[in-house]
Amino acid sequence: MRNIEANVHVEHPAVLRTEDKGRLFRLIATGDWVISESPRLDKELAHLHMTDARDVEIDGSGIGLLDSAGAWLLLRTRRIFEESGRTVKGFSIPPHYQPLLDMIERDHTGGPVDPHRHHPSLVRLLERMGRETVVIGRQAYEFLGFLGRVTIEAFEAITSPRRELPFPALIHQIEETGVTALPIVGLLAFLLGIVLAYQGADQLKRFGAQIYTIDFLGVGFLRELGGLITAIIVAGRSGSAFTAQIGTMRVNEEIDAMQTLGLNVAEVLVLPRVLGLVIALPLLTFFADVVGIIGGLVMCYFDLGVTIPAFMRELQGAITVNTLLVGLIKAPVYAFLIALVGCFEGLRVERNADSVGKLTTRSVVESIFLVIAVDAGFSILFSVLGI
Amino acid sequence: MSEAGNKDDVVIRIRGLVNELGGNLIHDHLDLDVKRGEVMGVVGGSGTGKSVLLRSIVGLNHPKSGSIKVFGEEVGHSDAEEIRGLQLRWGVLFQEGALFSSQTVAQNVQVPLRRWTHMSQSLMNEVAAMKLAIVGLPEDAAKKFPSELSGGMRKRAGLARALALDPELLFLDEPTAGLDPISAARFDELVKDLQQSLGLTVFMVTHDIDTLRATTDRIAVLVDKKIKVGTIKTLIHDPHPWIQEYFSGVRGRAALEA
Repeated sequence: MRNIEANVHVEHPAVLRTEDKGRLFRLIATGDWVISESPRLDKELAHLHMTDARDVEIDGSGIGLLDSAGAWLLLRTRRIFEESGRTVKGFSIPPHYQPLLDMIERDHTGGPVDPHRHHPSLVRLLERMGRETVVIGRQAYEFLGFLGRVTIEAFEAITSPRRELPFPALIHQIEETGVTALPIVGLLAFLLGIVLAYQGADQLKRFGAQIYTIDFLGVGFLRELGGLITAIIVAGRSGSAFTAQIGTMRVNEEIDAMQTLGLNVAEVLVLPRVLGLVIALPLLTFFADVVGIIGGLVMCYFDLGVTIPAFMRELQGAITVNTLLVGLIKAPVYAFLIALVGCFEGLRVERNADSVGKLTTRSVVESIFLVIAVDAGFSILFSVLGI
Repeated sequence: MSEAGNKDDVVIRIRGLVNELGGNLIHDHLDLDVKRGEVMGVVGGSGTGKSVLLRSIVGLNHPKSGSIKVFGEEVGHSDAEEIRGLQLRWGVLFQEGALFSSQTVAQNVQVPLRRWTHMSQSLMNEVAAMKLAIVGLPEDAAKKFPSELSGGMRKRAGLARALALDPELLFLDEPTAGLDPISAARFDELVKDLQQSLGLTVFMVTHDIDTLRATTDRIAVLVDKKIKVGTIKTLIHDPHPWIQEYFSGVRGRAALEA
């Protein structure tokens, strides 16, 4: 980083001299008292050798240029002298700088600022922990309320003949969250299929059981990984988009405008997103399952030399329709959570730009956390049910 | 500072400025001189490129052609070193204040001090307090975040930041837009007061005819992609229909008669 001295050439460096005349102590300032000289002058003034003279005179009449930083240093020095019980007999600066000095003297009567709101301390840490705990609890409560509200809205929209589902918005959301996600979901599922088959084959080779790689791949991908990887991609892609879209509308006061126009925010903004994703995510998951298995097949074909008919036969033996359904049944639940969290955080955005970014991050982290937590719950449930 | 210089010094010299935005010609060979120590107001209808003009002068917008000299330095062609020299000599107040939202008001004012000087933290705290005081902010505003301030206070804080390095030239982009008439009048007074005390040259984009009357020495009107410069007294007699309507409309007349 460059400093100001290197950029602005000071023609007459500021000089500070002192004169000791017994009872009178004189401070003589000459040269340019400007901002670039102020750090040096600040130090010199701090290390001033004071005599015990009662009377002081500050003579700045020889100053060339003066700006507000320089003027402040002179004024501050005078205030310090006065506060220490000395009498300031004279104070002079070039007359055309008098308005500047007068303005600072008139307006600035307080002390220096403290630029930080809080200083770190143990008490602060404890206070913050407590506050965050309360905030998290309250948020969970609000989220539960939001979930209830959206559920009721959705139920009414589907069952009530008078209220029509916002179909164009719904189709738009399915396209945005589903169709446009196909390439990335496909690519990642394919790669994951390869990785899984490769790792499986590597371990099973030790027992001479390479052929079970296909069982491992089929069951692992269809039951767990296909759904999980799709949900995580969609949380990062669409969950964040929901928060950012709704959050930006919040910043632009669009949400407020909707409310004054009597529009139901939950119905107009939240419902199409939630329903759209609930429809799109299972379809995406099925697509990911298929592409993932193909990835594994490619790996088996080249690495293990398994022919395609042999792969199919083994796969058919390993998995049942239930295996696929166990994986797919979780997708709508993931979708519901991702969309709900995305919209919920979007609606909590405050009217500043900072807030949108913060809550978008939070939305993604929260929805991925919930997806994995719910997946763990499902695993326990299925093992209890013996599926 | 300004007292040292010749009164007729030209601080900003624009020659043959051409600006295009999205294929539309905004400025067509526009010329303008701003003299040292004057307050120049820039007015014009919506979309006539007032803000584009300001942004071109401070180097945020690169014009299609033409020359802009500030303190004798070409803004467009200056290398980074020269532009830095200029940045120390001007301050810019953006429309909404453009305060850094993650920092307190005091920290905002200290950003240029920290970037460009070797001041100790305690001196910076003193200087920031002084700047906040002279723009008329209460002491407790220093610790607040921009989101906790009203629009008028944000503008004052933005002004304090623009003035942090004691610039010679101050750019104001619609300083009174969004303020109530009383706050706007106070802000006008503040600008005039600071301009006189600090010997500033001010380049101000505004819509507010009260502000023009209260603060400006000369007015530049953006019409037909060019600029017409004059004082309120001379511009009133300009035959151009937009200028006529602007100054002799009901609002204009009321402000001028006041």
